[in-house]
Amino acid sequence: MKVSELIKKCSFNVLNEGEGSDREILAPYCCDLLSIAMGRMPADSAWVTVMGNINTLAVATLADASCIILAEGSKLDEPALQKAKEQGITVLATELPIFDAALMIYQEQHA
Amino acid sequence: MNNDIIVMTYEVPADDFTRAGEASSSVKGKLKKMGVNPDIVRKVAIAMYEGEINMVIHAFGGTIDVIVSPEEIMMILKDQGPGIEDIELAMQAGYSTAPDNIRSLGFGAGMGLPNMKRYTDDMKIESILGVGTTVTMRVSM
Repeated sequence: MKVSELIKKCSFNVLNEGEGSDREILAPYCCDLLSIAMGRMPADSAWVTVMGNINTLAVATLADASCIILAEGSKLDEPALQKAKEQGITVLATELPIFDAALMIYQEQHA
Repeated sequence: MNNDIIVMTYEVPADDFTRAGEASSSVKGKLKKMGVNPDIVRKVAIAMYEGEINMVIHAFGGTIDVIVSPEEIMMILKDQGPGIEDIELAMQAGYSTAPDNIRSLGFGAGMGLPNMKRYTDDMKIESILGVGTTVTMRVSM
């Protein structure tokens, strides 16, 4: 499933639509500790987290996440939104808990 | 890739999380353009970002030299911070001296140095208390 299909199929809010919306999503990946996420997240993951600060964007770029999904109603702060725009990273948001958001992605991928 | 040796030097600013990651992002972009294998680019980017964050959190910033040769990528991270008292302890996964405000940003899990070791083929830490720390990491091509 591509990032653009994820946007269409899941009812996530689009905070920033990046350049890579035709990127393939490997699988959802959940983690809030940035060092663990950066070390363990496979490339092309749809990264579900509650951390919406500028470091989240840096980790997503460096670890090659295909997009970020902010769960539990988390928001991007202003510097982070600017960074997302600069770096062309797709950031989505949802009120769902992390597990439910990741499960929704997984189910859409395997539908 | 040709046979030239390329040296890139970066300043890491102290206490500035909004700019931390710029050096590693820049290196990532340049290595990609040079045609370096994506797995190697990822390893270098992750190891260097962890090092950058450490310099911001613990050491009032510093400098990073990245030396790219046909055989390997070497990163030399140098700071004039407080130094590391017990390197063996600092290398243990989960051990951290990061303050609470850093933890609330999603860091301070005690994974920085272990990640740096894990993603490089060789890592050497030289540290003198009150003088500073130099971390040298190598990733083979």
